[in-house]
Amino acid sequence: MGTALDIKVKRANKVYHAGEMLSGVVVVSGKDSVQHQGVSLTVEGTVNLQLSAKSVGVFEAFYNSVKPIQIINSTIEMVKPGKFPSGRTEIPFEFPLHVKGNRVLYETYHGVFVNIQYTLRCDMRRSLLAKDLTKTCEFIVHSAPQKRKLTPSPVAFTVTPETLQNVKERALLPKFLIRGHLNSTNCVITQPLTGELVVESSEAAIKSIELQLVRVETCGCAEGYARDATEIQNIQIADGDVCRGLSVPIYMVFPRLFTCPTLETTNFKVGRQRGLGR
Amino acid sequence: MFAASADPAALAATTENSRKKRDRDDNSIVGSDFEPWASKRGEILARYTTTEKLSINLFMGSEKGKAGTAISAMSEKVRTRLEELDDFEEGSQKELLNLTQQDYVNRIEELNQSLKDAWASDQKVKALKIVIQCSKLLSDTSVIQFYPSKFVLITDILDTFGKLVYERIFSMCVDNHSILPVPSAAERKRAYLYKLEQAHSTFIPPPSASSSGTSLEDEEMAYHFSPENVNDTAKETCLNWFFKIASIRELIPRFYVEASILKCNKFLSKTGISECLPRLTCMVRGIGDPLVSVYARAYLCRVGMEVAPHLKESLDKNFFDFLLTFKQIHGDTVQNQLVLQGVELPSYLPLYSPAMDWIFQCISYHAPEALLTEMMERCKKLANNALLLNSVMSAFRAEFIATRSMDFIGMIKECDESGFPKHLLFRSLGLNLALANPPESDRLQILNEAWKVITKLKNPQDYINCAEVWVEYTCKHFTKREVNTVLADVIKHMTPDRAFEDSYPQLQSIIKKVIAHFHDFSVLFSVEKFLPFLDMFQKESVRVEVCKCIMEVFIKHQQEPTKDPVILNALLHICKTMHDSVNALTLEDEKRMLAYLINGFIKMVSFGRDFEQQLSFYVEARSMFCNLEPVLVQLIHSVNRLAMETRKVMKGNHSRKTAAFVRACVAYCFITIPSLVGIFTRLNLYLHSGQVALANQCLSQADAFFKAAISLVPEVPKMINIDGKMRPSESFLLEFLCNFFSTLLIVPDHPEHGVLFLVRELLNVIQDYTWEDNSDEKIRIYTCVLHLLSAMSQETYLYHVDKVDSNDSLYGGDSKFLAENNKLCETVMAQILEHLKTLAKDEALKRQSSLGLSFFNSILAHGDLRSNRLNQLSVNLWHLAQRHGCADTRTMVKTLEYIKKRSKHPDMGHLTELALRLPLQTRT
Repeated sequence: MGTALDIKVKRANKVYHAGEMLSGVVVVSGKDSVQHQGVSLTVEGTVNLQLSAKSVGVFEAFYNSVKPIQIINSTIEMVKPGKFPSGRTEIPFEFPLHVKGNRVLYETYHGVFVNIQYTLRCDMRRSLLAKDLTKTCEFIVHSAPQKRKLTPSPVAFTVTPETLQNVKERALLPKFLIRGHLNSTNCVITQPLTGELVVESSEAAIKSIELQLVRVETCGCAEGYARDATEIQNIQIADGDVCRGLSVPIYMVFPRLFTCPTLETTNFKVGRQRGLGR
Repeated sequence: MFAASADPAALAATTENSRKKRDRDDNSIVGSDFEPWASKRGEILARYTTTEKLSINLFMGSEKGKAGTAISAMSEKVRTRLEELDDFEEGSQKELLNLTQQDYVNRIEELNQSLKDAWASDQKVKALKIVIQCSKLLSDTSVIQFYPSKFVLITDILDTFGKLVYERIFSMCVDNHSILPVPSAAERKRAYLYKLEQAHSTFIPPPSASSSGTSLEDEEMAYHFSPENVNDTAKETCLNWFFKIASIRELIPRFYVEASILKCNKFLSKTGISECLPRLTCMVRGIGDPLVSVYARAYLCRVGMEVAPHLKESLDKNFFDFLLTFKQIHGDTVQNQLVLQGVELPSYLPLYSPAMDWIFQCISYHAPEALLTEMMERCKKLANNALLLNSVMSAFRAEFIATRSMDFIGMIKECDESGFPKHLLFRSLGLNLALANPPESDRLQILNEAWKVITKLKNPQDYINCAEVWVEYTCKHFTKREVNTVLADVIKHMTPDRAFEDSYPQLQSIIKKVIAHFHDFSVLFSVEKFLPFLDMFQKESVRVEVCKCIMEVFIKHQQEPTKDPVILNALLHICKTMHDSVNALTLEDEKRMLAYLINGFIKMVSFGRDFEQQLSFYVEARSMFCNLEPVLVQLIHSVNRLAMETRKVMKGNHSRKTAAFVRACVAYCFITIPSLVGIFTRLNLYLHSGQVALANQCLSQADAFFKAAISLVPEVPKMINIDGKMRPSESFLLEFLCNFFSTLLIVPDHPEHGVLFLVRELLNVIQDYTWEDNSDEKIRIYTCVLHLLSAMSQETYLYHVDKVDSNDSLYGGDSKFLAENNKLCETVMAQILEHLKTLAKDEALKRQSSLGLSFFNSILAHGDLRSNRLNQLSVNLWHLAQRHGCADTRTMVKTLEYIKKRSKHPDMGHLTELALRLPLQTRT
């Protein structure tokens, strides 16, 4: 490989907030000197929306995919046409993360139907004989931490055969009683979800207790709104027939890339699997 | 390393470093008095074994199907991510069934290896997958008897993983100069780490010394950084690991993997570990199976003790949480499982012991008395607490247990029969009592109470395991009466159905304990049941082993010689057992060892003035130990010594009775020596015994010995085996003969044989002996003979044996005797000169010169140079020595000087003349 192009963002975790300066270096390295027609750097931010097949039908989903919305797109010329010496050349750059007009710099988010992504792209144009070189690098945008203090809103819950939905023959279910509480329903995204759960009684042996994190995405499009719930993460908090009356901790770290405080509401379900299930 | 640099910053860092180290020593480093996990490992692996077939399922097969159907809307990305974590290699599902235990162990070892391989080849994700898959195996409780060993094997892998991750992140910190302000030091460190990494990538386990050095070095660095100066890349990598682990779906792998990299919290924040430990402790509550959960706790305690031993609270929390779930053991789920696997409760409960012992040990380490008391109280409150009781006894300080022995016995008695086996409880208690002493007043009662239970045990294995431990206590605090009772009880239990055959190690250890405490063998053998106890060792190898132990102790502790018939009988029996084990296949070393032990015994036997009894003991011993040559040699020496003792007692004047006794001793030696094999042993013993016989005025016997020695000389082989190597025997022979000659001086001639018949006979033998070609040994011997003859021609000999008339007084300087003597001299000298002539060849000139000179010296020292012939001969020899320029000039000069000096003595005037006739050749 003759020439290599690389982008190195200054922050190791690549997380930036709106209004901050995105800085780093573009590294050009090669054994021989490199002739080029100019190097440019592009910052791009897009929102991709896709319609769920469930809510609008397969064809519409296929055809009616909503056009990507561009949040930010700017290009700068880094180096004028010329020549890089052999070896390693580092070209520093800085981008202020500002948006024009009333547009908002949304948080990076990778969902099923909604995708918000920010990339840095570096292009090196070259003469006809050599291919142009391109390197892209994703960086992550987080909205600024909230200023006001979050008041925790603990919630207690009870699960019995009666509280279950989607059950056909309620009489067949073995009797059980599960109590518990979550320390807060609205959580700071960087902090784990915590709580406790107590199996007060259960006729059948418990095989497993799992905690499911579900997100709801809503897309607006021509036919109206599409709402979809999908699972993000499923964590087992109890394995086997746990001790009755002993509290089991509920603890889940939010996968940062797949959750987003502004666009989504979290909905937690505590599912209970019976011995015969699975 | 850092102190070597003169940089003040580095120096400051060093001093601060050492100060911190001191601070840390106080509370957060586990001392050497803490029994490390490594020492428990082997024991667990050896104890929890199975013959049942095991299986390894490296991929939960249902996982993929479930992800596809149940949650159809799950995003593709999430699914691939989960799969990535779950499956080991793309699309592979490994389910290994029907593994034997050894296969299983090998397989786990392979996984450990492939983890290291994956890590070294930078496949971090694959490494993580392996670890996850392995820790999943810990949720599987089929073949439950093997679970403790499985835990040991798999946590080894986790430890490896934890170490790898820590070192990796640590090296990232170091690489970026973020820690050390001095670049040179950092550079050196990096080079060092590089080497370290190399060592890992080649997978040569570093030698223990250097590895301990590594960890120390590491440790030293560890103080140096605080989370603030860990660079972002390292922090990010570290966080990444934690996030990845937090998203593991299943509880048990998530717990174990997170626990394994607990130490990495150091990189993130100062309080990281202290926050993480309690959370992980709580997390264990989610594990339903009590066995799995207690082992998870044990692992957490282990990691916790390693990383942050000062965080005692979470250790205690683990313990109290465990107590809360204790009732589960008797719950339906566990009972059903046991029925399914066909495991009884008494064999199920001990599976908890290793984990609980470990947890208890961690807690009780440097714990205040009050805490221990509180824990004990809490254990007491629970029903069926035998399991807890056992762990308390095995983990707490022995002194603590010993002072409360009676309480414990009470608690043990109250335990439910069906649960944890009682013999294990008594065994644990016994182990404590062997280490620490209970209060004086309780001692007998403790023994009575304990033995009452032990003696009722039906299963001989259970019984002996328990009894073995309690013998120590009995021996320590009680007399032979109690020990006798205990031994009798053991015999009673172990004899039916030859149960002792399965328990030799335990029985052996009982014997060792008894002899370690009873050093007085008269007391030991008066323990009636001791010898019957020995009879239980019916397998010969074990029997001999036990006999050896007893003899070793005897030799070590017996101070005074003994004639106690009880000891003699018993030990003779024991020695006989050892001796009889010798056969054609016995190794030399073994024989030497046995002979050493038997000799030690023989030396310790003394009947005082009853010499006859002593001799008859030696006779008996000879008949018993005839197969061990060193023992026979020892016996001959002992008998010789006995003869000399007798002489000493009689002050040299034997009465008729003692003379007969001494002759009996001599006869003993005479008939014993031929049965030996070693030729020089025989020769020396003949000579030695001959001297003893001479000293005791047994002249004809002495003659017989010397004749026997002379007739043995031709049999001396050219090469002999010394310590497994073949060596020429000539020098040994020379040494022996010189010794022999000096004895021959005082041996009086036999009236019926000719003059000097022994010397003549010996000379004949020497003449006929086939000497090595090109060897001058024969001539050297002849020279010695000349010395002897010269000494014999003196008016009074240089030394005498008391009460024996040597030739000087026999012949009284008779001229016929002197003539005989002279004739002999001439013959010998002729031989020497003949030999010197044969050396007149080029290659032998040097030998000729030195031999000539030594002959010259002999004449100078022993000859009468006033005789003209001798004078002329010596002058000739002098010339011969320097003729070919081979002589050492300095020696010649010294010799000449000596002669001149001697000549100044009043009687030596003739030497002046001689000196004038000895020219010095100058080398030109």
